[in-house]
Amino acid sequence: MTTTAEPTTPEVARAEWQLRLYVAGQSPKSLAALENLRRLCKTHLAGQYEIEVIDLLKDPRLAAGDQILAVPTLVRKLPEPIRKIIGDLSNEARVLVGLDVKPKDAR
Amino acid sequence: MHSPVTTSLPKSPTGITGLDEITGGGLPTGRPTLVCGTAGAGKTMLASEFLVRGATQFGEPGVFMMFEENAAELTANVRSLGFDLDQLAEQKKVVLDYVYIERSEIEETGEYDLEGLFIRLGYAIDSIGAKRVVLDTLEALFAGLPNHAILRAELRRLFRWLKDRGMTAVITAERAGETLTRHGLEEYVADCVIVLDHRVTEQISTRRLRVVKYRGSAHGTNEYPFLIGERGLSVLPITSLRLDHRASTEQMSTGIPQLDEMFAGGGVYRGSSVLVSGAAGTGKTSIGAKFIDAACRRGERALLFAYEESADQILRNMRSIGIDLGPWREKGLLEIHASRPALNGLEQHLVTMHDAVAKFAPALVVVDPVSNLIDDPSSQNLNHTLIRLIDFLKQAQITGVFNSLTHGSTATEAGMSSLMDTWLLLRNLEFNGERNRTLYVLKSRGMAHSNQVREFVLGGDGISLAEVYVGGDRVFTGTARVAQEARDRAAVEERQAAHERRMRQFAAKRKALEAQIAALQAESEADFAELNFAAAQNEAGAVIEARDAEIMARLRDGIAPKEEISNDEKALALSASQHKETA
Repeated sequence: MTTTAEPTTPEVARAEWQLRLYVAGQSPKSLAALENLRRLCKTHLAGQYEIEVIDLLKDPRLAAGDQILAVPTLVRKLPEPIRKIIGDLSNEARVLVGLDVKPKDAR
Repeated sequence: MHSPVTTSLPKSPTGITGLDEITGGGLPTGRPTLVCGTAGAGKTMLASEFLVRGATQFGEPGVFMMFEENAAELTANVRSLGFDLDQLAEQKKVVLDYVYIERSEIEETGEYDLEGLFIRLGYAIDSIGAKRVVLDTLEALFAGLPNHAILRAELRRLFRWLKDRGMTAVITAERAGETLTRHGLEEYVADCVIVLDHRVTEQISTRRLRVVKYRGSAHGTNEYPFLIGERGLSVLPITSLRLDHRASTEQMSTGIPQLDEMFAGGGVYRGSSVLVSGAAGTGKTSIGAKFIDAACRRGERALLFAYEESADQILRNMRSIGIDLGPWREKGLLEIHASRPALNGLEQHLVTMHDAVAKFAPALVVVDPVSNLIDDPSSQNLNHTLIRLIDFLKQAQITGVFNSLTHGSTATEAGMSSLMDTWLLLRNLEFNGERNRTLYVLKSRGMAHSNQVREFVLGGDGISLAEVYVGGDRVFTGTARVAQEARDRAAVEERQAAHERRMRQFAAKRKALEAQIAALQAESEADFAELNFAAAQNEAGAVIEARDAEIMARLRDGIAPKEEISNDEKALALSASQHKETA
């Protein structure tokens, strides 16, 4: 399991946004998804998120837990309810809708 | 299993009764098989049994990946077939993986593949060394994933992948309209396709199975009825049944001594099938009950399938003719399964019978009546079901008694006849203002049997057979028989009396003759005495005469016979001569 935690506000024990990205090895789709996700989070969820990356090739057991079929899959663990976004997250607008995140510009 | 073709293509037995017979050994090993059918056709059940039997009977662990119901639901569902998935999962023989997709929870952005599914499946397979895989129902993915282009490509890859891993897989799919599957899965699975069907005819549902395609193998192409029973599926491949059961030479009593006598004295053969046919109220059930009673008396188990009366009603009714089946039931020697024929389809009845017979292991099975199982007597179904049942019973050396209600004609029985070894025909004989029951043995294979019509008498003390009276061209039964018997008895008595009277007459006549003879004899004796007397007199007369003559001569010669002839002699001679004159 590769955990990439990027807490920008260390005083907050648990980030408001708990995101988990399931990938399968270092496939182009997986890498693209991770890159897209990081960029999006930095832009719109700065300081409020935590990203966990799970490589199913290394830990296939975990696929069943979050009902993963498609790869890559982004799972919003928190805030509830759980949401899933499948694909390489290339369409930022759709990812934001899927995560139910208000774009920064709109704030 | 038997065809030479099958040797070239390895097959994995499903363990499902009948299916392996149709497919000649099972599903193609290491390849996917598509099982499609409408909702409720039994796809999941077939898939489950394939997996469970593989794990328990053939040492092939399996992965059940389900998309529609969760593991708990599936476990509960297949428990009704007697499969304990939880236990098998604990023993690492089976992995249950529930794949849940909720369309509303999923957002799609950009490129993806189903590697997650592959990884999950691969992990499950590796964790127990699975050889079998069930995907039930893959088509749920079409609802869950919007991008069908990706999905189709991934499914194609999945089937390839399953083949590469050497998995014997069953993939279920929903049938829709004219096509085999709603989303055209048959495109991808080309090796073996099985179609399940659930049809309702005359309010009675029947499940059917057909092997549409089996690449590289011969297979039965018919539609076969199949059933989901307490012990799983059973397909009824009528045409592939073999006639290779053993034939017992042991005879078993029918419980009616006079009837046994009609069968070379010992009853019917063990393991044979007996048809008892007759119109309403001819006593079929009673004969069946007698069979049961006799079997239980011997300490054997008997199983009764009743389709007309409840168990209690049968017990009561049989008690009225002196057959008490209650104790046998309490002792566990008798089991009664009573249900209305319309409760289930014919096949379902058959499977119920199968299950009951397999569980109870009886020596005798009575079906009362088998004709009630169908409304339409011309139907082929009954025959097929019967063939299946009879063969099953014969394989197990169980004697079967099948009652059949006739509706005037014997057409139904004619169809059944070839299946039956012994056929008892019961008839109502209406004559002289009353109805009487007669019985005769129409056929009994492999044994001498009586050709006589007997009267079948049901009384408070049981069943008995009476010789019927055949006079002229008429058979006498009931009171006519009794009257005839009385007449005959009277005739016998009369003949006896006449005989005695004649004997007496003879005796009297003889006595009279004897008396006559005695009288005659006495008379004859008297005559004889007279005769003797006369003869003696005559002789004496002759002597005297001779002497007289001499004396006379002497006297004439002057020779005085002084001392020789006394006066007495003179007197005597005188009287003799006088006597001679009178005589």
